[in-house]
Amino acid sequence: MSTTFAVLVGRDLRLAARRRIDAALPIAFFTVAISLFPLGVGPEPQTLRQIAPGVVWVAALLAAMLSVTQLYATDLADGSLEQMLLVPDARLAIAAAKAASHWLVTGLPLVVAAPVFGVMFDLSREAIAALVASLVLGTPVLSLLGGLGAALTLGLRSGAVLLILIIVPLCIPALIFGAGAVAAVDAGQSARGHYSLLGAVLIFTAVLAPLATAAALRIATE
Amino acid sequence: MTTTSSRLRLYRFASPATFYPLAGKLVPWFAAVAAILAAWGLWLGMLRAPTDATQGDAYRIIFIHVPAAWMSMLLYVVMAFWAAIGWAFNARLASVVARAIAPTGAMFTFLALWTGALWGKPTWGTWWVWDARLTSELILLFLYAGYLALVPAIDDPRRADRAGALLAIVGSVNVPIIYFSVVWWNTLHQGASVSPAAAPKMAAIMLQAMLLMTLAFWAYAFAVIFVRARAIALERDNAASWAGAAVGRTPAQTEATT
Amino acid sequence: MIWNSASDFFAMGGYGTYVWGAYVVTAACMAIEPILVALRHRRVRRELAAEEERR
Repeated sequence: MSTTFAVLVGRDLRLAARRRIDAALPIAFFTVAISLFPLGVGPEPQTLRQIAPGVVWVAALLAAMLSVTQLYATDLADGSLEQMLLVPDARLAIAAAKAASHWLVTGLPLVVAAPVFGVMFDLSREAIAALVASLVLGTPVLSLLGGLGAALTLGLRSGAVLLILIIVPLCIPALIFGAGAVAAVDAGQSARGHYSLLGAVLIFTAVLAPLATAAALRIATE
Repeated sequence: MTTTSSRLRLYRFASPATFYPLAGKLVPWFAAVAAILAAWGLWLGMLRAPTDATQGDAYRIIFIHVPAAWMSMLLYVVMAFWAAIGWAFNARLASVVARAIAPTGAMFTFLALWTGALWGKPTWGTWWVWDARLTSELILLFLYAGYLALVPAIDDPRRADRAGALLAIVGSVNVPIIYFSVVWWNTLHQGASVSPAAAPKMAAIMLQAMLLMTLAFWAYAFAVIFVRARAIALERDNAASWAGAAVGRTPAQTEATT
Repeated sequence: MIWNSASDFFAMGGYGTYVWGAYVVTAACMAIEPILVALRHRRVRRELAAEEERR
């Protein structure tokens, strides 16, 4: 199963490298969305510093949800998804691999870009570090849950909006603990509780989401 | 021999042909029970229970707010349960019941939010407060909305049933996590503020009225859900012979046309 | 009965708008929902009966 996983991740990464523009769209959205907030709220540094964790996190959530339908859509369209599902017991590996490649293509760039936005919002160095740490723990959760949503809405006309509606409530704990960690550090308190809870959410999701996604793939294709 | 036949007898209720007339007979009873319990509960709550010392008469919203909130949460779990049964045992009727529950559950969630807002305004000063319970109810409304959006979006009814079941199960598993995270978030950000939805110290009569209203809402839910389940079962099985019988065609005519 | 008059009852100690706002909307929803569901059921039965006639 681990070779299937590795093969699929490698394949998705190579495909993403060929469609670089598509791969860059989530980060472009992320940038634009975050930049809107100072324009909407006003440039006062104190306000921006306060809203920064929430803004970055919400933008990361939306960027992840908007890009996750691509995960399965192209493979469904050209029939390769059905081919992959023919391999016995491959569903779990496919689910895990799709989430992993989504994170590598979308989540990891967000983590790398986060310090830039931290500076834009005048966050302190410790807060920026907390932002990066919380995104490292949290964006995989978004990719895993997004994969579940993509499998549930596979091939549906209104797929993308539907996915956001059904998956966003499930992402709320990660959002609360992730943004909360940065806010705590910004207020001079320890974020250890937040990190522990976020880590727990990550472990819980990493174990259960691929199982649910595999079930959803079976439901969608049988 | 008796064990096999009694088990088989139970499976009868999984057949729409048995469920349809049985549910039809039960609906008026549930409706009557709901009306009687509601009248009794409102009599106690609105006409007999004393005015609260701190909240005045505004607290009387509790007699519909708490039952609506409890029903909204209970119905979500029950919906997930029947959807799961429908998925696990390939029992279409169970999936029909799950679909029938969703709109009523969503309605109760909306009512919990509406009555909560109207309770919060006089007691806390604002129409909406981001306290743990109201925020969790809002997220529950999103969970219902997700189910209500996903299931009709899928054309194949069996795929829709199963996808809905998976979503409802995932939602149920997440509800405690979501609730805990909202409580965490709330205590961090609001400190020691009093929740406007905090119940006043309950005199026995207030508790009695609240419980009566809860049971009344429950009976109401049974009645409405059974009627809706009957409608959905007919819509889905409209070519089946039991459906013809249900709308008045005789078995002899069924034989002649099939 | 703890109320001295009907107007006291409707005033609800000054909180009438809130209390009755909550109760009226609740009653409306719990009246409209059964009606809508019953109408749906009746519509299905009628359509089904019509289909049976045509066969």
